[in-house]
Amino acid sequence: MEITAEHLRKTFGSTVAVHDVSFEIARGEVVGFLGPNGAGKSTTLRMLTGVFPPSSGRAVIAGRDVAREPLAARRALGYLPERAASYGEMPVEKYLRFIADMKGIPARDVTAAVREAMGATALEHVSHRLIGNLSKGYRQRVGIAQALIGSPPVLILDEPTSGLDPEQVTDIRGLVQGLGSERTVILSTHVLPEVEAICSRVIIMNRGRILAVDSPSSLEEHLRPHREIAVEVAGARDDVLRVLHAIDGVSGVAADAALPGAPTITYVVRCVHHRDVRREVAAAVAAAGFGLVELKPVVMTLEEIFLALTSRDRLGDEKAVTPPSPQVERVVASH
Amino acid sequence: MRAISAIARRELAAYFGSPTAYVLIGVFLVLSGYFFYSDVALFVTFGAQVLSTGLWRFVFVDYRLVTLLVLPLVTMRLFAEERKLGTIELLWTLPVKDHQLILGKFLAAWIFFAVIVLLAMIPFAVFWVFFPFDLGPPIAGFTGLVLLGTAFIACGIAASTLTENQVVAAMLTYGVLVFFWFMTWNEAVGDESVIRYLLLLSLFDHYYNFASGSIQTVDVAYFLVFAAFFLFIALRSLQSRSWRGVV
Repeated sequence: MEITAEHLRKTFGSTVAVHDVSFEIARGEVVGFLGPNGAGKSTTLRMLTGVFPPSSGRAVIAGRDVAREPLAARRALGYLPERAASYGEMPVEKYLRFIADMKGIPARDVTAAVREAMGATALEHVSHRLIGNLSKGYRQRVGIAQALIGSPPVLILDEPTSGLDPEQVTDIRGLVQGLGSERTVILSTHVLPEVEAICSRVIIMNRGRILAVDSPSSLEEHLRPHREIAVEVAGARDDVLRVLHAIDGVSGVAADAALPGAPTITYVVRCVHHRDVRREVAAAVAAAGFGLVELKPVVMTLEEIFLALTSRDRLGDEKAVTPPSPQVERVVASH
Repeated sequence: MRAISAIARRELAAYFGSPTAYVLIGVFLVLSGYFFYSDVALFVTFGAQVLSTGLWRFVFVDYRLVTLLVLPLVTMRLFAEERKLGTIELLWTLPVKDHQLILGKFLAAWIFFAVIVLLAMIPFAVFWVFFPFDLGPPIAGFTGLVLLGTAFIACGIAASTLTENQVVAAMLTYGVLVFFWFMTWNEAVGDESVIRYLLLLSLFDHYYNFASGSIQTVDVAYFLVFAAFFLFIALRSLQSRSWRGVV
């Protein structure tokens, strides 16, 4: 395991910031770290990066205990802090050389290490500009380049895309995606589509505890006991409902509230267990002479998974709670 | 060692890459130059005979005030700025120990002060060209000034670790240093036996011997212990993140 957190707990005075956090991340994984503000994400990351030791429990990076062998563990780590802070008055290349010196890169390898990090983040053409004069997206790249110096096997990126414009977000996301192929990455973020696009697993935290560690798709399966299909049909509402109900394997149908006089209505068909009845639905609608406009599975967005988990946590109810019914429009818009 | 020098070089580049450094150096030189001039004028006017107590003592006591004015403004940014920018968190995740961070920054401020002291020697050199004098007493005086500055810098660094506000860091440094100066000023009301111990602690009472041209081991030791104490405070203050959190 490249990153191990064992029963991490952190208290500040009488406040418990992190209760009991355990997870393992294998080499080469890209894991999303999610949670509302104040969930304990940053505190957990700070324990992993060795900013401060846990009150109890253990954090291990690349086989090195962060508290016992802090320097060895930190050498295996590249970290992009939340604000991606760097010294505005320094030119990019000088700053990266400074970081290389601080990381103890042998003097003769510094130039190569800096060049490699600038190459990976496409910073060569701004190497002599002051960091403070760069755009936010470029400053973020400088932060990532800094983390890459010395090719650490583990990268921890705290909100790498926050505050960037959409183009820069795509840019940085692509960059992070490229990093994942050879390194172990933890990506802390608020932006859920980002996690869906990049991460193989997510860790969801709330109120100092871990709510779930899983892949986005199995989280969805876990939270939603039935598969649902959205069908947009042109035809008389009651007739369509009757036809859909009659299909084998359908346990329920709900019609979306359409505007009066709308030519089509969208129906959400709930299936028995996880049976896929899309073909039967299409055949039945066509056979009944209705116009089939659209047919697609209803996928839970990570946002909905996240809300379902955190609201369940808030209620303190461990039993499965039906996730908030996704609005069909939003599902269509997001796919 | 490499990390310490990397930090020191970065800090020096930050100092000399910003106008603040030149303003601080300029103010120091104008004030100390004026003090030198007026002390020489006083020496000549009143026809004093002994250079070391008649002139150098006044000059170094005056230089002390300029140092007190300028050094807290040099040290205030060292950690407070890192806290404000958030870069301190990055430093904490690099394979560098806390004491290396402190020593690197201390070294930078110390070199900055050494530059100031070298420039402040210019009036002495000019004076020497026209009137060659015994170099011993001024050497003692500058030794005292450098030790005093070392103590000020350590105190300023400790204050700078406590806050992200540079003005607060500077004011705190002024407060502590001026307290160590004024604490023997209550001789009139203080008990003899207490005053004796307070004198041992007083920052400037240890400086007067240097200013008058004599280097005493106890005075040297005092400034080094003073500096070491505040560097230790700085270290503990940085380590307090483990129970205070990253503020």
